[in-house]
Amino acid sequence: MTLELRGVRKDYGGVEVLHGVDLVGRPGEVLAVVGANGAGKSTLIKILSGAQSMSAGEMRIDGEAAEFRSPHDAHARGIRTVYQELSIVPGLSVTENLLMGNFPKRRGLIDWAAAHARARELLESIGFGAIDPRTLAGRLSVARQQMVEIAKALVSEPRVLVLDEPSAVLAGSDLESLFALVRRLRERGVLVIYVSHRLAEVMELATSIVVVKDGRVIATTEPARTSESELIGLMAGRRLEQIYPDRRAEPGEVRLSVHGLTRRGEFEDVSFALRAGEIVGLFGLVGSGRSELARCVFGAEPATSGQVKVAGGDVRFRAPSDAIAAGLALVTEDRKRTGLVGGMSVLDNIGLTTMYGMRRGPLIDAARRRERVGEMIDRLSIQPAHCASMRVVNLSGGNQQKAVLAKWLLAEPRVLILDEPTRGVDMSTRIAIYRMIDDLARDGLAVLLISSDLTEVLGATDRILVMNQGRVTGELRSDRTTEDEILAHAIGQAA
Amino acid sequence: MTGQLTEPAPTTTDPRGRRVPRLVVGGRDVTMAAAFITLIAVLVLVAALTADTFLTPTNLTNLLKQMVTTGLLSFGMLVVILTGGIDLSVGSIVAFSGIVTAGLVSGLPIPVAMAVGVVSGIGFGLVNGALIARFELAPFVVTLAALTTIRGLAFVYSEVPIAPEDPGFFTLGSATLGPVPVSTLIMLAVFLVGGVFLTRTPPGRSIVAIGGNAETVRLAGINVRRHVVLAYTISGACAGLAGVVLASRVGIAQPSVGVAFELDAIAACVIGGASLAGGRGSVRATFGGVLVLVLINNLLNLYGVQSFWQQVLKGLIIIAVILVQRTNRVRS
Repeated sequence: MTLELRGVRKDYGGVEVLHGVDLVGRPGEVLAVVGANGAGKSTLIKILSGAQSMSAGEMRIDGEAAEFRSPHDAHARGIRTVYQELSIVPGLSVTENLLMGNFPKRRGLIDWAAAHARARELLESIGFGAIDPRTLAGRLSVARQQMVEIAKALVSEPRVLVLDEPSAVLAGSDLESLFALVRRLRERGVLVIYVSHRLAEVMELATSIVVVKDGRVIATTEPARTSESELIGLMAGRRLEQIYPDRRAEPGEVRLSVHGLTRRGEFEDVSFALRAGEIVGLFGLVGSGRSELARCVFGAEPATSGQVKVAGGDVRFRAPSDAIAAGLALVTEDRKRTGLVGGMSVLDNIGLTTMYGMRRGPLIDAARRRERVGEMIDRLSIQPAHCASMRVVNLSGGNQQKAVLAKWLLAEPRVLILDEPTRGVDMSTRIAIYRMIDDLARDGLAVLLISSDLTEVLGATDRILVMNQGRVTGELRSDRTTEDEILAHAIGQAA
Repeated sequence: MTGQLTEPAPTTTDPRGRRVPRLVVGGRDVTMAAAFITLIAVLVLVAALTADTFLTPTNLTNLLKQMVTTGLLSFGMLVVILTGGIDLSVGSIVAFSGIVTAGLVSGLPIPVAMAVGVVSGIGFGLVNGALIARFELAPFVVTLAALTTIRGLAFVYSEVPIAPEDPGFFTLGSATLGPVPVSTLIMLAVFLVGGVFLTRTPPGRSIVAIGGNAETVRLAGINVRRHVVLAYTISGACAGLAGVVLASRVGIAQPSVGVAFELDAIAACVIGGASLAGGRGSVRATFGGVLVLVLINNLLNLYGVQSFWQQVLKGLIIIAVILVQRTNRVRS
């Protein structure tokens, strides 16, 4: 099916965010859409999926004008969208999630044996045979849940599949299954519209690449005719010499050390130390226990055994408040669920950690808080600049991430733990975040950067800890190792 | 063109994708506030034009006194609803605190007896909050259990109504300052202090934030449990105070009073736009909700509408108000 957008415009309450987008996708193509956060990709997806209507312009399917009033209309025309946010029901089995409302029946009742068989067949046919259809969807890892989500979209055999950041939570063999699936769909003549921040995979998978910037398509190209650095330049609108700052660390005294820390079922016997002025990477595939480790060090979950020491002294963090008092800060990986209070203002969110410390009598010292938060907004150049009273959910993804960072920097930590700080964040914000982490380390902060992005963990750190199945399996110097070596440790196959 | 002559009218999109015009004054969206004030003005106008007894001093004083109970309960309920919880026990606490106070008046100085009534409410709130926060029980279930337990305790304390003879007992509920009942002033003070508490103090902001996203708040180093307990304690305190004031106004305390009061309190919050999922709600709008409910009650009474029909009408009006709100809500 050929899908065509012509002069598509979209405005929200008088503010135009798409200024006439043209797009053509043909059967068997993988059309990658890349662009910075706020470039208009999400709006474009919403229009394709029928979740939003366009303000002007037209959509043509096989040359015929089409108008979507709801996602249902898009489904009816064979267009399915898989969003970043998971929509599966965690309390139901994989089978139920996949077949939802379309169960095989016998004498009016659901034939469960047949239903599971059909789900298994479906998963195998798309290369996701590793998933047991009888498991509760909520019991699966986030990566596998994402795969179920994709499988769900494929049940109705769509002719156009829109994938919004499908690889954000995938790693290793799961990622390979996704790539294989996209190639298979292409051979079957499905048009895949692939939105991703990971340029490396865009270069590998796409048959054509569309660069969106400020609500316009500014370039249409092919992997063979472009390069990652050219794409970055196009997205940001300028040439970017270097993504990662030069690091020449001179580590100071130990700020945080962890000795034999164990939390049963999650990680075991983990020991490491963080020094002032040093950026340490913590790499591991999904399920390796890295985020669980971070939460435990921060006092959010109790440890089974082991010790955490801060500046030499033994400490026992019974709650995050103890860790914060000892100078720790944790930027969690899922800003929506654990980083932000969506319904509150940017001011309330950034001021959350420091609210109790900024009092005048029983009241919050509003003037001082406004000033300090304003400084943070400036320092991290959170856009728009006058966003303090805006609801934080109305910021773009990258700016939300900056707001979470601002919240923690305001608490003036001495040890900063960052869990996937650049997930779902556009390239220019990424670069700003790397610069900032570098600056903070130069000012003497100890930084632990948890990441599942090999390039990032290699480029932005001084030293790398690698985790595999709950254990630290390697410690490497960033300037003397390779992606292959890190990965070998991460899958437990280091020589 | 050198200058823009017309600004596009501010609009937002409702959940069905239709444009809804907004009323913006000085950069602030006051659409809902304007809608509220209009609704209340229309109610007052209709009342004044159709019921000649409405504007009499007696009726207006009555109206001001009647809103005290609903008002106090609604503020406490709002605090709990903001955390994402609910407090079904407030009606029973009203009965308990009233009957205990009336029972103690014969033996204790009146202010002390009244303080005991309020403290009993605080105690019940504390227990509710502790069960919900410490054992992570569902607020609905805990306060439902509290509803029946406390009602039972009120009857255990006295099966029959208690009518104290000391005229000092009636002062709190019947005294006026100029034309305004003292009890109304107390309720207004609770709303004023409560408004400042929820918008400008760390515990108030924490309570709102917990309803929005409790895990984020916990990771920000704030003790979520303690704030949840605080919220239910505030609700209990408001209910205790409401019970004392009500008994004093009526002059007699009954163990059966206050049945379904919690529903009016919840209704006032919801009419004021509070989300039962937590994190959203305003003190001012809840006060507006109280006014709407009390005006409707008063009006139907003046018309002599049968009380069963009053219930039906109240239900329909609640549905109508929240439908209007839904159309007005900005899709984020």
